[in-house]
Amino acid sequence: MATMTMAKALNAALADAMLDDERVVVFGEDVGQLGGVFRITDGLQARFGDKRCFDTPLAEAGIVGFAVGLAMSGLRPVVEMQFDAFAYPAFEQIASHVAKLRNRTRGALSVPMVIRVPYAGGIGGVEHHCDSSEAYYAHTPGLKVVTPATVADAYSLLREAIDDPDPVVFMEPKKLYFGSAEAELPARTEPFGRAVVRRPGRDATLVAYGPAVPVALEAAEAAREEGWDLEVVDVRTIVPFDDATVTASVRRTGRCVVIQEAQGFAGVGAEIAARVQERCFHALHAPVLRVSGLDIPYPAPMLEHTHLPSVDRVLDAVARLQFDDQPDGRWLAEGSAA
Amino acid sequence: MTTTPQAARRASPRKRRPATPAAPDPSAELLPQAEPVRLLDPDGTTLPPRADYPEPPVEALREMYRRMVVGRRFDAQATALTKQGRLAVYPSSRGQEACQVGGVLALRDDDWVFPTYRESMALTARGIDPVEVLTLLRGDWHCGYDPTEVRTAPQCTPLATQCVHAAGLAYGESYQGRDTVALVYIGDGATSEGDFHEGVNFAAVFKAPVVYFVQNNRYAISVPLSRQTAAPTLAYKGVGYGVPSEQVDGNDPVAVLAVLNRAVAHARAGKGPYLVEAHTYRMEPHTNADDQTRYRDPDEVEAWRDRDPIVRLESYLRARGVLDDAAVAEIAEQAEAYAARLRERMNSQPTVDPLSLFEHVYARPTPQLVEQREQVRAELAAAQEEDA
Repeated sequence: MATMTMAKALNAALADAMLDDERVVVFGEDVGQLGGVFRITDGLQARFGDKRCFDTPLAEAGIVGFAVGLAMSGLRPVVEMQFDAFAYPAFEQIASHVAKLRNRTRGALSVPMVIRVPYAGGIGGVEHHCDSSEAYYAHTPGLKVVTPATVADAYSLLREAIDDPDPVVFMEPKKLYFGSAEAELPARTEPFGRAVVRRPGRDATLVAYGPAVPVALEAAEAAREEGWDLEVVDVRTIVPFDDATVTASVRRTGRCVVIQEAQGFAGVGAEIAARVQERCFHALHAPVLRVSGLDIPYPAPMLEHTHLPSVDRVLDAVARLQFDDQPDGRWLAEGSAA
Repeated sequence: MTTTPQAARRASPRKRRPATPAAPDPSAELLPQAEPVRLLDPDGTTLPPRADYPEPPVEALREMYRRMVVGRRFDAQATALTKQGRLAVYPSSRGQEACQVGGVLALRDDDWVFPTYRESMALTARGIDPVEVLTLLRGDWHCGYDPTEVRTAPQCTPLATQCVHAAGLAYGESYQGRDTVALVYIGDGATSEGDFHEGVNFAAVFKAPVVYFVQNNRYAISVPLSRQTAAPTLAYKGVGYGVPSEQVDGNDPVAVLAVLNRAVAHARAGKGPYLVEAHTYRMEPHTNADDQTRYRDPDEVEAWRDRDPIVRLESYLRARGVLDDAAVAEIAEQAEAYAARLRERMNSQPTVDPLSLFEHVYARPTPQLVEQREQVRAELAAAQEEDA
């Protein structure tokens, strides 16, 4: 076991994939000599040459569209979108071609590729550098959407994404890039489609993914003082979603809070909450609650801590899970239907 | 007398720079010729031969004529099928036969074509089963043919998005040691889309063997060329990306093939992409659902009838002595037979399986799709029981 950062684990996953499969090519903006603005591709060009790891013109639709063509020619492109919000110009390519080519051609043409998207905030980034864009991709059939929260998962899920026969949008939580943990590479963790119980508990389930997982774990630790024993489920792969693990957990605990960093309305957390409610209704002792970012454009750095789901906000939600069997007053108040 | 410093400098012979030859203009080799390349007059008589665009072999031109005649008949048949309700919609390329057929004739079978939805004629000219070509427009699926088998991407509806795919594919092919060329069909309107510019730029930077073939048919649905660009012609858009470009009379089949042959040879030789603009005209409305009287004068359409590419090539081939009445009749018969076969095959309602909706979303369906498939299966069974 060695201690390493998530950034290093992602870098190792790319290098090992390039070593194992010569069809793998890595490209994007500043990924070559510079090694990427977050250094995720550090050293790849020196090691594998500038045909395997290269810089492109500064054009995201071009990068993803180019990857479509490379995949059609039999290569395995892994592209980097420099920041979440900078990937938006590529959205048409992703939604209209990457996600649909297999379906449009009845399986004759598939475009396996990985689109790496550093996402979410908590790093003091100025505007357009901290969006949580996962819902756009998760809402697009044909894409797999994956987001690691641990160092070992970062390595394993990225390797699996590169090997996957379908296109994968690989969402990397920026604020976790430089956090360290013990990991032994090549790590192989649970496959796509499996959520993982990061911490077992009896009283309530916190469902989280990506940057919200450490918040959930911290909240669970803090909740011990309040006398609550909380379970934390890490979703890991938003698509395909693991209903079974989440459902089993909530049926066991009878209470659920879904946590996401993204703005809440029509988000991934809303989908998870709805699925939990449908599948766990008879086991639930309280409404399924959501803790998310506010429904605002991502705020300026000095205000982001107000926006981001905090441990306190999670604990407040847990406190409203009717442990005393009293319904939350706000659901009963006059005019609450609004 | 006082002298200003400027005057002193002007007067000083020391300061006069020797006359040096002007540096060569780097754009000179990239810019198109001032007039579209033309090898035949509109009446089919030949113009003086040109060293830069040698005339294609006469057998190739005769074959071009055959495919243009069959293509026009196919196009008319598809329009008729739309009126009979067999197709959801059909965008005709009547009048653009020289471009439609020229684009595929300039390629080898193992090259790739990146068409738009208006390229049905080009794809049938490439030898793809016309029923498979019309699958998209009939509406039983999105793409009827296997792109890998016929080396043709699905007909692309989001305009210009295929420009970057072609750059990636062509680069990927050369990266793997194959000399494949990719030819992109796009229209005048699509040259305003960002993906056109990103595609041409990527192809240029990566020296990808792509021919961008712009059929300037003067209208993007109803919007005239003057609303698309202020450039002298669309072929001038290549120079900003370092891409050699040419413009050609798109209703002169001989010139179209000659220019495309050169463009394809340039790409295949590893010199990077090439941009060709063909000046042509869409004789029909945008689709059967369009009303062209709202935006263009019937006299304008009529005037273009005098520049018909098939008539032009036929006159030329007759004058060359390689086409006579019997051959023209024989080709017309082939075209009729082709249309009759198509009519017959399109005359039945295709069967579509609702459960196929769940195939090919992913390599393996997600648990959620399996669940939805079971739900639809149950709905279908219940409906069947009700019918029984």
